[in-house]
Amino acid sequence: MSVSYRKDMFWLAGLFIVLMLTPTILPNNYYLTIMILGCLHAMIAVGLCLLVGHAGQISLGHAGFYGLAAYTSAYLSTTWGLPVELSMLAGVVLTVVVSILVGMPSLKLKGHYLAMATLGFGIILSILFTETVDITGGPSGFVGIPRLSLAGFELHRDVDIFRVVAILLCLLVWLCFNVLHSRMGRALRALHTSDQAAQAMGIDVARHKLFVFVLSAGFAGLAGVLYAHYLTFIAPASFGFMFSVELMVMVVLGGMVSVPGAIIGAFFITILPELLRAFEDIEIILFGLILVVCMIFLPDGLAGGSARLWAWVKTKLALGCSRG
Amino acid sequence: MNRGKSLFLVIVLLFFCATAWAETIKIGAVVSVTGAASFLGEPQKNTLLQLQDLTNAKGGMDGRQVELIIYDDESDVNKCVMAARKLLDQDQVAVVIGPSISGNTLAITRFFSSAQVPLISCAAAEKIVFPVNPWIFNTPQLDRHAALKILQDAKVKGYTKLAILTVSDGYGQAGRAVLKELAKAQGFDLVADEVYSPKDTDMTSQLTKIKGVSPEAIICWGTNPGPAVVARNRMQLGLTIPLYMSHGVASDKFIELAGEAAEGLVLPAGRLTAVDQVPDDHPQKTVITDYVANYSQKFNAPISSFGGYAHDAFLLVHEAVTKGGSANPEDIRDNLEKISALPGTSGIYSYSPDNHNGLDEDAFIMVIIENGTWKVVP
Repeated sequence: MSVSYRKDMFWLAGLFIVLMLTPTILPNNYYLTIMILGCLHAMIAVGLCLLVGHAGQISLGHAGFYGLAAYTSAYLSTTWGLPVELSMLAGVVLTVVVSILVGMPSLKLKGHYLAMATLGFGIILSILFTETVDITGGPSGFVGIPRLSLAGFELHRDVDIFRVVAILLCLLVWLCFNVLHSRMGRALRALHTSDQAAQAMGIDVARHKLFVFVLSAGFAGLAGVLYAHYLTFIAPASFGFMFSVELMVMVVLGGMVSVPGAIIGAFFITILPELLRAFEDIEIILFGLILVVCMIFLPDGLAGGSARLWAWVKTKLALGCSRG
Repeated sequence: MNRGKSLFLVIVLLFFCATAWAETIKIGAVVSVTGAASFLGEPQKNTLLQLQDLTNAKGGMDGRQVELIIYDDESDVNKCVMAARKLLDQDQVAVVIGPSISGNTLAITRFFSSAQVPLISCAAAEKIVFPVNPWIFNTPQLDRHAALKILQDAKVKGYTKLAILTVSDGYGQAGRAVLKELAKAQGFDLVADEVYSPKDTDMTSQLTKIKGVSPEAIICWGTNPGPAVVARNRMQLGLTIPLYMSHGVASDKFIELAGEAAEGLVLPAGRLTAVDQVPDDHPQKTVITDYVANYSQKFNAPISSFGGYAHDAFLLVHEAVTKGGSANPEDIRDNLEKISALPGTSGIYSYSPDNHNGLDEDAFIMVIIENGTWKVVP
């Protein structure tokens, strides 16, 4: 087992411990709500990090996958009365199937064209959620979705939902690290640098791209079904183009290639507006300003920035020790 | 000795501070000050802040000062959920006013029934109050009331063949549903059911199609700017079929957008739209004129019925707290249900355990646009 893999596992263990301790520190449900949404965003960001940072493919349609899964599960459990677990599974499976169908033709495109294709797909889904009023409830939203339940037990308390979401996030991160440290991960990095070179090395470029696209869509799908059954209400406005962009911002802010970075980015983008609420009218300006400052001074994202800060602290400490 | 005295003074002072602080009534509000629905949220925020000042200057509610905590949900569902959680868990308010839009209201109702805190929404969707959730109220007139008023007018004028043209957003589709239901129930013949998208800039094709089936009147249901385009297209096509608009465009902005094409259009509107034409002996007269005078004096901006929804919500809280003499969330809820015949800016409210909207179609008057201004249809 390589050193970097062990390092990643340490990081994952740290994340798990922090997330498990969080509810005991937080004074009330308000903070828990933020943390749950943060975890859901982190799930999607981790998948996107694999797709964007490692495989070098772009997607502006992940809000669509998120919404598709949410609506599917909501519809099956509310209108058809299926058990929540089953409809959640169906939601994720449908998202995966759709992502295969969408990914096969569109991943042949590159750069801006791929961005346009996924963007178009996202917008089509968003229109679908809005217009099929009889199924989705239209623009005013889907009401009365049953709450998340596991093995027949409904999770009434937000703490329980948070624990479930946090454990699932850790599982997804574990899966990501394993993919990245396998032959698959190396192949992805190769095709990020050059499709042709990767092909020359005997890598099936199309299949690898499709795999990671479907994987990231599946992550978004899982986050989507959890979102629907946590909030018990969904509306098309949550799954629009702007949310796709926000997801990309999380990944880029986190540093593109770093899985921990994507998680930090997701929590950062989710928590920051809440912290800035105190500033009322200038809230949005401050938010923009912080993002701009981050991108100027931390070109390798929050992950790279914090790594450098850590290195700097370590040298200072070492200096201090040697002097002392 | 001296030290003991000052210590005593400090304790007394602290005690006073504590009681004064404990006695304020915390009222929360979530409105969409920014984002797509800012045209609703901004006047609502202004109205609430002004009412807080006016109420506190007059000695507060039931002798207690009011502390208003307003959050902006940026017209976004997730932000609204977090703002509601913050109001309930962190700020521990006694009652919440808002949100401005129906979707956001429906997203947070569950929290209020489990926290047992009343919510008075400024959004109009029927799903908010039907079926009744004991903790959820709303103040705007329902779409049903506006549709009833239009159909009443159509019946008086003897129209039987109607066409509807609605926008494909939450407001338009809710209107479409009630229009279809009520038109059928009242024996009208619905000959066309056309829809346009909120971003459309030309509705000629829908109007041409409607023209083909020659209805006796068209009902258009949408918010600015779509209906103004419909009015203009109707004029360009030389259509003479009478056109009804919904209460969604009952603001001067619509006349500005539609210009000449607005002439002769008939629509239901709250009395706030035609303040000067409300008869002096009408119960709403005082509250409307006061609100208009205060608001336009302070903000130097035209009045909107949306701000009125927040005004009425605040008024209802005031009434419930004063009459009941308690600011406990449960007591406020119980006393809200006891309110009857309270004049607000949007209508006369009478809540009951099975009616959490409190208004009927009389909250609307029919107005006609003449010479660029509103005229009440007698």
